[in-house]
Amino acid sequence: MNDSILKIENLIFEYAQYEDGENVRAVDDVSLEIERGSFTAIIGRNGSGKSTLAKNINGLLLPTSGTVYVNGIDTCDESQIWEVRQTVGMVFQNPDNQLVSTIVEDDVAFGPENMGIAPEEIRLRVDEALKAVGMYEHRKKAPHLLSGGQKQRIAIAGAIAMKPECIVFDEPTAMLDPSGRRDVMNIIKDLNKEGITVVLITHFMEEAASADRVIIMDRGVILADGTPQEIFKESDKIREINLDVPLAVNLADRLRKNGIDVPQNIISTEELIEWVLS
Amino acid sequence: MIRDITLGQYYPGDSLIHRLDPRIKIITTIAYIAALFIADGFIGLATSAAVIFIVTAVSRVPLSFIMRGLKPIFFIIIFTFIINLFMIPGETLISLFWGLTITKEGLRTAVFMAVRLVLLIIGSSLLTLTTKPISLTDGIESLLKPLKVIKVPAHELAMMMTIALRFIPTLLEETDKIMKAQQARGADFESGNIFHRAKSLIPILVPLFISAFRIAQELAMAMEARCYHGGDNRTRMNAMKMRAGDFVFMVLTLAFIGIIICERYFI
Repeated sequence: MNDSILKIENLIFEYAQYEDGENVRAVDDVSLEIERGSFTAIIGRNGSGKSTLAKNINGLLLPTSGTVYVNGIDTCDESQIWEVRQTVGMVFQNPDNQLVSTIVEDDVAFGPENMGIAPEEIRLRVDEALKAVGMYEHRKKAPHLLSGGQKQRIAIAGAIAMKPECIVFDEPTAMLDPSGRRDVMNIIKDLNKEGITVVLITHFMEEAASADRVIIMDRGVILADGTPQEIFKESDKIREINLDVPLAVNLADRLRKNGIDVPQNIISTEELIEWVLS
Repeated sequence: MIRDITLGQYYPGDSLIHRLDPRIKIITTIAYIAALFIADGFIGLATSAAVIFIVTAVSRVPLSFIMRGLKPIFFIIIFTFIINLFMIPGETLISLFWGLTITKEGLRTAVFMAVRLVLLIIGSSLLTLTTKPISLTDGIESLLKPLKVIKVPAHELAMMMTIALRFIPTLLEETDKIMKAQQARGADFESGNIFHRAKSLIPILVPLFISAFRIAQELAMAMEARCYHGGDNRTRMNAMKMRAGDFVFMVLTLAFIGIIICERYFI
């Protein structure tokens, strides 16, 4: 049996353009499978179609043509759309615009409440989710009094409380300061360790380096797909489409050019430090 | 600075009044206002005043907070007092210049109306002072639910109020940002007469509306991603429960209404 949680077949998505009548193709014939429990990073420039792809995964957008299967359910099947959205949770970029309630714990409860879960069970899930993101002591606060990183953690707790099998993060750290970014990344890694499938959309290469699979998108198509080691080995190709490579890869490249033989599999700063020290 | 704004005029606390079921508080407030209009003698009014002062004392909301609520309508109270004082015909008490007279009935009505207005404001502001806006919304939703049969969108109304409350600070921040951005480019919001200043606010409104629409779209998407599909089959984490205290409060209110009605029709 094939153990992929998401299966995308020849997905094409076009945005309607009202001004000149021609549709804009954001995702162009993408096929992709995501393995259960994996950690996939999707990187690409602005307008590369990565966010559109993400919104197609849980039926927020429906394919112009092609199919998206979540646990074998077609996202176009309206009768099972809530099942799909419960299986695939989603965290967005702007922490302000995805919180609904004026109290932190009420916001985390929003998803489970929509699913019609019993109040006692919701209470358990909310407490558990808030503890998982380290925001339990802030549960009675108003979201607008929290920092961006804290708000984003609340948004993640809101997704966790729905007990999804997979969470899609759509540039969750783009609007955060470095410490907020670090907190959110650590939570994402922990969630993956606990068995949740993670799809992380980002344009920070350092974040992509911690995934176990990296997909590069450009102009609506998949340009490269592989482990971070495989992807960052071809650092020139990445620079060609105006994306950065992780600092460590950049540094290793320069060292190599100057005759120092740095192993190819070094992609993170920690690994580089370790290699230099040994 | 903008982060410190309080929503509504809620006074945080944990008194018996704070802990009452919001539905009970809404109903009793309405009952209290009705009682104020039923009462037509000073005994009734004195009872009402005594009741509201006891409730205020129990709620531990400082008197200064309650007085602040009276400030905006202070002028109206004075105005009705003066009108009543001079305009009601009857037995002359004092004759002033220009044929103005204060009658016995006039004085009585003036004092009565002023006290009634003050009690009305104190009664209704106690509701908002002791209930979180979000609990008020929940209470209203629950009370309106029976009206669903005649197609009153109770859940949708409550959801709109919740979102409005949630996004007031966000939109204030947005306004602040837009104003600063325009000031940086030389916009002037402070000088000129009132019309001039009002006119200079128009360039703020346009970008503010645009960003409000953008926020709305993002929020709608986030809500859909979290399985929001209206009020059907929706549960609540903190389901409102009537406790002993709520029933006691309800009985006390009924007793109070009883006294007011007796006072009006039998004394």
